[in-house]
Amino acid sequence: MIRDITIGQYYQTESVIHRMDPRFKIIATMVFIISIFIFTNPYIYIVASVFLGICIALSRVPFKFMVRGLKSVVMLILLTVIFNMFFIQGEPLFHIWKITISKEGVETAAYMAVRLIILIIGSSIMTLTTTPNQLTDGLESVMKPLKLFRVPVHEIAMMMSIALRFIPILMEETDKIIKAQTARGASFEDKNMIKRVKSLVPVLVPLFVSAFRRASDLAMAMEARCYRGGDGRTKMKPLKYHRVDFVGYVVIIIYFACIIFTGIYAHYLPFGEGL
Amino acid sequence: MQLIVDHLSLQYNKGLSTEVKALDDVNLVINEGDFIGLLGHTGSGKSTLVQLLTALLEPTSGTIYFEGEDIFDKSYDRRKLRSKVGLVFQYPEHQLFEENVFEDVCFGPRNLGLDRKSVELRAYEALKKVGMPDELFYQSPFDMSGGQKRKAAIAGVLAMKPEILILDEPTAGLDPQGRDEILGLLRKMHDEDGITIILVSHSMEDVANYVNRIVVLDSGKLLYDDKPRAVFANYKKLEEIGLSAPKVTYVMDALRASGIEVPEDIITIDEAAQAIIKALS
Repeated sequence: MIRDITIGQYYQTESVIHRMDPRFKIIATMVFIISIFIFTNPYIYIVASVFLGICIALSRVPFKFMVRGLKSVVMLILLTVIFNMFFIQGEPLFHIWKITISKEGVETAAYMAVRLIILIIGSSIMTLTTTPNQLTDGLESVMKPLKLFRVPVHEIAMMMSIALRFIPILMEETDKIIKAQTARGASFEDKNMIKRVKSLVPVLVPLFVSAFRRASDLAMAMEARCYRGGDGRTKMKPLKYHRVDFVGYVVIIIYFACIIFTGIYAHYLPFGEGL
Repeated sequence: MQLIVDHLSLQYNKGLSTEVKALDDVNLVINEGDFIGLLGHTGSGKSTLVQLLTALLEPTSGTIYFEGEDIFDKSYDRRKLRSKVGLVFQYPEHQLFEENVFEDVCFGPRNLGLDRKSVELRAYEALKKVGMPDELFYQSPFDMSGGQKRKAAIAGVLAMKPEILILDEPTAGLDPQGRDEILGLLRKMHDEDGITIILVSHSMEDVANYVNRIVVLDSGKLLYDDKPRAVFANYKKLEEIGLSAPKVTYVMDALRASGIEVPEDIITIDEAAQAIIKALS
C-alpha cells in the first residue's frame, strides 16, 4: 500500500526530460495545466494526451509508474465524477429512482475525470524526472519575483525540500513500525471503527517521536554548518539553461498555440458542431 | 516445533527495472533448541528472511511450514504464529510507545487476548528476565539509555512467550558492556528456558562466541549452513562477500605463517589463548 504512492518520487534514468532545467519543467507543467483548463472540448484532450504521450516516451519512465501514482487519487476522481453527474441540471438523460442524470452532468463529469487524470499524469512526469533538490531549487528561482511582496521564498523552498526529503524516510519508518507492532500481535483490520483508530496509537506515537527527533537532529546539523537563511547564499550547483531548455520553451509555446488554435476552431473539425 | 523454509523466494518490484531478488530459493530447517547466527552483508536478504519467518511479508514463491502447517495459507491464523515466533526489530524506537515500560511490555500479551492478571504477570516475568531494574518499570521508555530500550523491546516480545525468538541486530549501537549483557541474556534464555534463538548480526565475534549454528546469506542465496567452526574455515570466501571471520582467526593464521603450531579451527579468544599457551610451552 505504502509503496504505491509515487507523488514526489524520483525515477532514476537517463533521458532528455531528466536533463532539462527544473525551472523549465515547472513552467512547462504550469502551462500544460492551464492548457487543459481553458477550453472544454474533446479535441483539446486529444492534443494534450498526444503531447503527454510524447513526453512520457521521451522521459523513459515506465508508464506503469505514472498509473501507480493515479491509484492514490482514484477516490478523488470518483467523487468528482459522482458529484458532477448527480448535481448538474440540464437536459434529462435518464432517471435512477428520484435522481435525474442530465446530459450536461455526464459531459462535465467525463471532462473533469479526463482533466484530472491528464493533470496528475502531467505533473507526475515532472516529479518523476526531477530530483526533489532540483525541484525546490527550481521553485525558489521561479518564485523569486514574490520576494518583492516580502514572501520568504528561500525559507519556503527550504521547508519544501526538507518535507520532500522526509516523505520516503517517514514512509519507510511507518512501514517498519507497523511491522514491529504486528509482530507483537497488533491488528489494524478490526471492523470496529473506534478500535481501529485506537490501534493506530502504537504506530503514531513512535512515528511522531522519531519525526521530532529527526527534526531536532537536522536543526542541530544545520546550525553546526552555520546555516542562517537565504541572504547571500550561493549554490553548489547553480541552475543554468542549456540548449535543450530553449528547444523546450519553443516546443511548449508551439503546443500552447496548438491548444488555442484547436480550442477556437474546434467547431470546424468533424463532429465539432455545437462546440 | 520446527520451522521449515521450503524453496522460498521473494522479488521486490517484480516486473520493473528496479526488480530485486531479495531471496532466491532458500531452503532451511530450524530445529528446536537451535541458536542460529544469521549472517550476511547489507542487502543479502537477512531482514527479508526474518520478516518472512513471521509472515510480515508474502513470498513470491515457496513457503514456510511451522508445526506442519503452511503459514502463508489463507486460513492459517497468523496471530498464533506471531505468539510463538517472536521478532525483535533492530531499533527499539520502532516499537516503544506507552507511557511507561511496564505498560509497553503488556501490549504483546494483551493482544493475545489474555486477562489482565496474566498479562501483568507475564510482563513482570519478562522484565525480570531481561534484568530490568524494578525502579525503571514505571519510567517512560523514551527517557532510557540505548541498552535499556533494547531490553524493554526484547521484554515486549518475550512477554508473548515465544518458542522461537528472532532478533535483528540486537547489539548494533551498544557499548561493549551493553552488548555483553544482551548476548549473555540470550544465552541464558537459550540454555535455561530452551528458547530457540535466531540472531541476525554483523559482528563475527558475537556470533562465534554464542551461537551453535551459522547460516550465511549472499545476494538472497543460502551460502553456508553449518557449525561456526566449519563456516569460519571458509573465511576467504566470506571476505569475498563482504563478511569476515572473527579477528582471532586471522591472528592464528599469521602465527601459523610464522611457524608457530596452532590449530586451524579456532574462533574465540579463550580458545586462542589456550592454543598459544600450549604451542609456546
